Amino acid sequence: MKIVFTAKGTDMDAAMDPRFGRTEYFVIFDEDSKSVDSFDNRAIEGEAHGAGPKTAQKLGELGAEVLITGNGPGGNAATVLKTMGTEVLVGAGDMTVTEAYDAYKAGSLKKV
Amino acid sequence: MKIAIASGKGGTGKTTLSTNLASYIAESRICVLSDLDVEEPNSGLFIKAELIHKEDKFKMIPEWEKSKCELCGNCQAVCNFNAVLKMGKMIMVFPELCHGCYACSELCPTDSLPMKQKKMGELKSYKNGNLNFIESKLIIGEEQAVPLIKQTIAYVDDNFGEDVIKIFDSPPGTSCPVIEATRDADFVILVTEPTPFGLHDLKLAVETVKQMRIPFGVVINRHGIGNDSVELYCKEENIAIITTIPNDRLIAETYSQGKLLYPTIPSVKEAVISISEYIENINSQKEGETK
Repeated sequence: MKIVFTAKGTDMDAAMDPRFGRTEYFVIFDEDSKSVDSFDNRAIEGEAHGAGPKTAQKLGELGAEVLITGNGPGGNAATVLKTMGTEVLVGAGDMTVTEAYDAYKAGSLKKV
Repeated sequence: MKIAIASGKGGTGKTTLSTNLASYIAESRICVLSDLDVEEPNSGLFIKAELIHKEDKFKMIPEWEKSKCELCGNCQAVCNFNAVLKMGKMIMVFPELCHGCYACSELCPTDSLPMKQKKMGELKSYKNGNLNFIESKLIIGEEQAVPLIKQTIAYVDDNFGEDVIKIFDSPPGTSCPVIEATRDADFVILVTEPTPFGLHDLKLAVETVKQMRIPFGVVINRHGIGNDSVELYCKEENIAIITTIPNDRLIAETYSQGKLLYPTIPSVKEAVISISEYIENINSQKEGETK
């Protein structure tokens, strides 16, 4: 299963980025192969409008089944994520990616 | 003759000036006051007039029709606002992000995105003697102020002749709604206050109107607080200071009761008269040019 984290860096030690639409990076953790990948989302800075749905669309292309983030997506992005059936967990904005993963496993993150 | 009252910084006195100036001018000639701060119009709090007309305002947004769509993704490629996205086998439209430019609809090879009406706000027209007051308000959840501002100005243009003095109470800031509210103006009055914040945002507003090549002047409100940096800046940049309005507790008290200021406060009356004369002067120059 592919789990995607909004992050300020590219590996499991990176700090989480609490923002969804304008997150700097995605850290992509594949639970089956235990491999870590990342996606550079910084081009979103150039988008004045609609960063949320655009980033949500990117998440779909990456094949994410679970999204772990901080503040949670806004209305438009949430509509896209719901359409894709992505599971969304929030409240991990102050953690590192590894801590966020552990919290997810422990069931202590809030589901939206 | 169109006069836009703008500011850069919010809360400097745009509405105070707009309502008092328009009401004063209407004592001697026909005047239109239009509140273009459609996200939070408040000129109406100070204007006592009779409602004579009301209409819904619509914007056009695309609606996806699945049957003919070949999922080419052209709509998504031409949208500058991410308002149309191709998600797998479907096209999603986000009405709040849509700027109503028609690009996706017009460029769709299978006509699968026809434009449909969506209510965005309401326009109301009031009248009291020579004073005509036009106010538009966005409905809750609507994000795009520009289309409603554009339609409100069009309503004013359609209903009142060139010779009528039109005062446009603009939104604060220097972003798209302000550009839309001021772009057709013959003159912009920038209301500021003599504080570092006031000066900072005044500079942004000055750069904006300069870029649009609209003649402008400054009114300093709450004169007496802060420092003289706004005056020095205007002097250095050769910007006309049309008048000043003093900082006065009585002004705040009267304002907070929803009352006009100039009928009871002489310093405001003086300021309003000098702005009105300044406008008449520009107007006669303008008429001279056209003749």
